[in-house]
Amino acid sequence: MRHVIALLIENESGALSRVSGLFSARGYNIESLTVAATEDPSLSRMSIVTIGSDDIIEQITKQLNKLVEVVKVVDISESAHIERELMLIKVRATGKDRDEMKRMADIFRGRIIDATDSSYVIELTGNQTKLDSFIGAIDTGLILETVRSGIAGIGRGDRILKL
Amino acid sequence: MVLTGAEIVIRCLQEEKVEYVFGYPGGAVLFIYDALFQQEQVRHVLVRHEQAAIHAADGFARSTQKVGCALVTSGPGATNAVTGIATAFCDSVPMVIISGQVPTAAIGQDAFQEVDTVGITRPCVKHNFLVKDAKDIASTIKKAFYLAKTGRPGPVVVDIPKDVTAQKAEFAYPQTVEMRSYNPVVKGHQGQIKKALKLLREAKRPMIYTGGGVILSDAAEALTQLTRKLGLPITNTLMGLGGYPASDPQYLGMPGMHGTYEANMSMHFSDVLVAIGARFDDRVIGDPNHFAQEPRKIIHIDIDPSSISKRVKVDVPIVGDVKEVLEDMLRLLEASGETTDKEALATWWKQIDEWRSRDCMKYRNSDEIIKPQFVVQKLWEVTGGDAFVTSDVGQHQMWAAQYYRFDKPRRWLNSGGLGTMGVGLPYAMGAQLAHPGSPVACITGEASIQMCIQELSTCKQFRLPIKICNLNNRYLGMVRQWQELFHGGRYSESYMDSLPDFAKLAEAYGHVGIQVKEPRDVEGAIREAFSRKNDLVFLDFLVDQTENVYPMVQGGKGLTEMILSAEDL
Repeated sequence: MRHVIALLIENESGALSRVSGLFSARGYNIESLTVAATEDPSLSRMSIVTIGSDDIIEQITKQLNKLVEVVKVVDISESAHIERELMLIKVRATGKDRDEMKRMADIFRGRIIDATDSSYVIELTGNQTKLDSFIGAIDTGLILETVRSGIAGIGRGDRILKL
Repeated sequence: MVLTGAEIVIRCLQEEKVEYVFGYPGGAVLFIYDALFQQEQVRHVLVRHEQAAIHAADGFARSTQKVGCALVTSGPGATNAVTGIATAFCDSVPMVIISGQVPTAAIGQDAFQEVDTVGITRPCVKHNFLVKDAKDIASTIKKAFYLAKTGRPGPVVVDIPKDVTAQKAEFAYPQTVEMRSYNPVVKGHQGQIKKALKLLREAKRPMIYTGGGVILSDAAEALTQLTRKLGLPITNTLMGLGGYPASDPQYLGMPGMHGTYEANMSMHFSDVLVAIGARFDDRVIGDPNHFAQEPRKIIHIDIDPSSISKRVKVDVPIVGDVKEVLEDMLRLLEASGETTDKEALATWWKQIDEWRSRDCMKYRNSDEIIKPQFVVQKLWEVTGGDAFVTSDVGQHQMWAAQYYRFDKPRRWLNSGGLGTMGVGLPYAMGAQLAHPGSPVACITGEASIQMCIQELSTCKQFRLPIKICNLNNRYLGMVRQWQELFHGGRYSESYMDSLPDFAKLAEAYGHVGIQVKEPRDVEGAIREAFSRKNDLVFLDFLVDQTENVYPMVQGGKGLTEMILSAEDL
């Protein structure tokens, strides 16, 4: 099963390698990992997408909690939550493809944020499936470059991950 | 008061009441050694290799209730320390290791004797720090000691660049530690404890299985009371030996790969198993799927939640300090006046006694050739079972664990988790310094002892009257045993050729060396060794080369699939 684990960790040098080192040392999967400081600059928030059985996910959260600098760990995919990922995709945009690409970007509520006479950079946010579908919907031969941020996740409503 | 970083380091160690720091000087720690030189409270033990510094500090910690402390230089000093740190980590030993680092401006420049110590040690420490400013030294060392000894204990590394030790800063040692990210649980959940007691009251075949956690949390007394009160059978793992008196009839011996028949059978066929400060290690339960075949309820008491339901599913988890939880259990039992099912327990004991009657620890002694088990038995007799016994890793370790019967905690020091050859002698150094005047024996083999043999020199310098019992079978015994049993007798590289004359070697270091070849000389030699109160005596026993450790559960097999003796093969 796919899980999204959110955690708050002391914003200190080496904190990221403690987390990523834990995953590699124990053979856990990381689909994506995003990290940045929160509104409190002494704290960083990570969103980790991982895949594993219930037993493995239980171990992952326990092992993360055991790291001395980790303040809080929540498996936000256990209940209602929102996931968003940002993708920047550079595509060839010439001739009839130019209009088609603009249309597809509109359909997916993407924005063209850079344009040259032969290419666009399209900015797209959404969950993983939406970004995957966009890639599936356009002619892959036209893709020049993609970059994705990895998932940022947050619980819905009253579910708040805070100190 | 304004002090240099180096002076602050030493002041911190003084504040933490560190008696001994084990270490080895070098460029990056020169200021710290200079500050060390100018005081007397913290004594320094100069080892001959940094690995031994960590092991000795580890041995000091294991044999006491204190935090072990070591000091090494940057680069090779730190990398040599890694084996020792990993050893302590695997067995949850509280330690603080201070390592020198190249000056801050040189970090990342591939400077002389530079390694990323924090990076290298990260996976084998409880936590580590790089101190970048002298004003942070005191608060960091305070945190390091606090982290090392609270919760599930473990080694903590504090890496300090050389320029930071020369910088000046105001010194005030913090009285308390506040860490929002670290709050170990101490008290167990009362509801869970009651649930556990209810399970025990209803159990027909209950069993207690305890590990190193009992020793670490100083819970042997509470464990003994509870076990006696309930009248249950109990087994102590390799790390937990001495947690319950081995001479007590309720004690079934060690479980696991080289555990007793009765301990393994009882573990397997129990209907309620209470695991206390133990972690269902592969060397203890073998194949977890085989273990799970027999239905049983498991109560697991441990300070580390990640140890619970890791290898086996647990029914009643209790997270907390083992001692606290056991004392709560005792209190609740006294208050309720309830007891176990006496009738069922009597039937269960009858079954256990039947298993016990197999006498799985018997071995065929000989008049011609020294049996290693016999040496350990004699050592136990001569020392009245009251010595501090350290071991290295291999056959001799198992024989020591099987035949030296530990009645008290913190008497048995060995590397259970990492299985590090070479720990025996430095562990004995740490134990002897912590307990001057007490008998300390190092049971080792001719292969293991050579991994830290240079420490004979340290022992001379610090007048440590350790008794080394070398079970010399001219083989990497455990490797040879596996090759005999599982690799068609092809003894690939397991033969120790060109051995030194250990007695002469010991003499060359200024100690006493005795070689023993005949079974009839064993006891006399041990007595002579222990009568030399001020000498380190190296007893080199030439033992049976072909002796194997039994009983044995082959790696990956189930607990009940035991080879009891060579005749079983």
